[in-house]
Amino acid sequence: MKRGLFSKVVFSFIFTMLFGLMAGTLVFAAPPVKIGALFSVSGPAAFLGEPERNTAQMVVDEINKTGGIKGRKLELVVIDTQGDPAKAVQGVNKLIKDNKVVAIIGPSTTGDSMAVIPVVEKAGIPLISCAAGIKITEPVKKWVFKTAQNDGLAVAKIYEYLNKQKISKIAILTVSDGFGSSGREQLAAHAKAFGIDIISNETYGPKDTDMTAQLTKIRAGGAQAIICWGTNPGPAVVARNVKQLGIKLPLFMSHGVSSKKFIELAGPAAEGIILPSGRVIVANQMPKTDYQKKALLSYVNGYKKVYKVEGDHFGGHAWDAMMLLTNAIEKAGDNPSAIRDQLEKTAKFAGIGGTFSYSAQDHAGLTKDAFVLVEIKNQNWKLVK
Amino acid sequence: MDHPGQLVQYVLTGLSNGAIYALIGFGFAIIHNATGILNFAQGEFVMLGGMFTIFILSFLNLPLIPAIMLAIIFSTLVGILFERLAIRPLKNVKPLSLVIITIGASIFIRGAAMLIWGKDTHALPAFSGSNPLYVYGATIMPQHLWIFGITIMIIIANKLFFSYSILGKAMRACAYNAHAASLVGIDVKIMVLLSFMVSSAIGSMAGIIIAPLTMTSYDVGIMLGIKGFCAVIIGGMSSGLGTVLGGLLLGLLESLGAGYISASYKDAIAFIILLLILFIRPEGLFKQKATQRV
Repeated sequence: MKRGLFSKVVFSFIFTMLFGLMAGTLVFAAPPVKIGALFSVSGPAAFLGEPERNTAQMVVDEINKTGGIKGRKLELVVIDTQGDPAKAVQGVNKLIKDNKVVAIIGPSTTGDSMAVIPVVEKAGIPLISCAAGIKITEPVKKWVFKTAQNDGLAVAKIYEYLNKQKISKIAILTVSDGFGSSGREQLAAHAKAFGIDIISNETYGPKDTDMTAQLTKIRAGGAQAIICWGTNPGPAVVARNVKQLGIKLPLFMSHGVSSKKFIELAGPAAEGIILPSGRVIVANQMPKTDYQKKALLSYVNGYKKVYKVEGDHFGGHAWDAMMLLTNAIEKAGDNPSAIRDQLEKTAKFAGIGGTFSYSAQDHAGLTKDAFVLVEIKNQNWKLVK
Repeated sequence: MDHPGQLVQYVLTGLSNGAIYALIGFGFAIIHNATGILNFAQGEFVMLGGMFTIFILSFLNLPLIPAIMLAIIFSTLVGILFERLAIRPLKNVKPLSLVIITIGASIFIRGAAMLIWGKDTHALPAFSGSNPLYVYGATIMPQHLWIFGITIMIIIANKLFFSYSILGKAMRACAYNAHAASLVGIDVKIMVLLSFMVSSAIGSMAGIIIAPLTMTSYDVGIMLGIKGFCAVIIGGMSSGLGTVLGGLLLGLLESLGAGYISASYKDAIAFIILLLILFIRPEGLFKQKATQRV
C-alpha cells in the first residue's frame, strides 16, 4: 500500500516533469508565423523590389531579435516576381499552397498586384500591396490593402498650393506611359474642384530627349505654372529645357522624381522646382510635432545602419506593410481571416508613407496629407511650409 | 497668340537635333559605302561614346577633353572588335545575314552596357556652361554651338578624306568594286576594318556631344540609330551633303510637327518619312541616279 503510494508519487512526479519538459519544448518549438513577400527584386522594377525586400527582412530580423510576436518568431518567404505578372501569379500560388503563409506583402508594381488579386481573393489570404495604382483598392477588394500613396493625393497637394498662390491657369506636360497617363487623368479629374483651368495639355515619350517644342507651345499658351508628370529621366530634360528657354513660370514635378537621382540629372536646372513627396526624404526637417516623425527616424536610421545607404520611399512602403501586418498579427493571432479583420480596423497608424486609417470602404487608408511639398534648394530638399 | 520667337525656336531645335541625326547617318553611310553592309549597331556606338565618357570622368577623374578622347578611342576599339569578331570571320554571306548579325551585335552591346553600367540615366557636364544664348527671341544652349561646330568639322574632314587622301580613295574603290580594288593592290580587309573604325569614332563623337543636353543611358542607341538611319536614307546613302540635308530635314520636320501638330507624333514623323522615301524614292531625295549605290 505504502509502496504503491510511493510509486504513484514518483510516477506522477516523473510524469509531471516529462509533461512539463514536453510542454516546454512545445512552447519553444512553436512554429514560426510565415509571411509571404512578392517583390520585383530583379528585372526592370528592381529599383522598387530591392529596397522593399531589404526593408521587410530588416523588420523581421528586428522583431525576431526581440523575441518575436508573443514568443513566436516570424519567417519571411520572399519570391522574386521580376516585375512579370505571370511570375507573380506563380509566386502567389506557391506562397499560399506550398509555404502556407498567413498573409502576403507586395507585389511591387501595379501590374503584378492586379495579377495576383484574384488569387488571394479566392484563397482568402490578406495582401498588402506596395504599388501605387489606384485600381488596386478601388473598388475595394475584401482581402487587398495597399500602402503606396495614390497619384490623386499628390495632385490634390499641388492644387492646394496653387490655390494658396492664386494660380488658376496651368499647363501640364505628362509622359506617355502608365505613370504619366494616370497623372494626366488625376490632374484633369481634380482640376474643377480646385477651380483650376488646364489651358495647355502636352505629352512627351518616355525616351524623348528634347521637350523644347512642347515647352515653346506651352509658353505661347499663357499658363501661370507648369506641372510635369513623369519618372526619370524625362522630367530632368524638362527642367533643363525650361531653363534653356528662359521660361520664368513656376515648375512643379510629381512624386515620381522625389529621389536624389533627379537632382543629379537636372543639375542647376533643378533649383526652385516644387514637388509633392513622402516625408522620408525630409525626415530630419519634419517638425517635432509631426505625427510620423518617430516612425520616420526609426526607419531612416535603421535602414542606414543595416544597409549603409539611405532608405527611400519604396522601402518605406514595405516598412508600412510589415508594420501594419505585424500589428494585426499581434492583436488577432495567425488566422488569415482574423488578420484581415484586424487590418481593416487599423486607425491612425503612423507609418512612412503617411498616417494610415483603413475602413471597410477604404483599403488605401491615406489622405493628401500623406504628401508634403518640397522645394529643391542648393541641390537638396527643403520642406515647403 | 504666337510667341514671337516660337518659329525660330522650333527651327533651332530642329536643326540641332538634325545635326546629330546627320552625324549618326554618316556612320551608316561610311560602312555601307565601303562594304555594302547596313550596320544597325551604329546607334550603340553613339551610346558607348556618352557612357564611356561618363565612366572615365567619374572613375578615372580625368578632365573633360582627355576623357572624351579616351572615350572615342575605347569606342573605336569596340568597333574594331566588332568587325574582327562578328563581320570578318564570315565569308561569302548574303547582305541580309550581315544585317541580322549587326542587329544581334547591337543587342549584345546594349546588354553588356546595361550589365556593366546599370540602367540609370547619367548626365555629362556641358562643355562650356549652361547659360542660354538668345537668338531672335529664341534660345539655344552653348552646347548647341558645339554640336553645330563639330558636325561641320566632321563633314569637311570626311569630304577631304574621301576625295583627296589615298586611303579615302582606296575605301571608295572597295565600295565600287571590291574585287577590282584588290587586283590593284588595295587590301580590302584593311579598308573594311578602317570603315568600321571611322564610323564608330564618328558615332561615339555624336553620342558625346549630345550627352550634356539629352543625358545618356544604356538604351539611348536604339532610337538615335533609327533616326540616323532615316537621315541617311533620305540622303541616299551618301557620306556627304545628302545625309547632312537628310538629317536637318528630319530634325526640322520633327520639331515643327511636335510644335504645330502634336508632340505625340514626333517619332511617328521619322518613321512616316522613312517609309515614304523607301516607297517613292529609294535612291534618296538628293540623288539623280542610283548608279552610285553598291
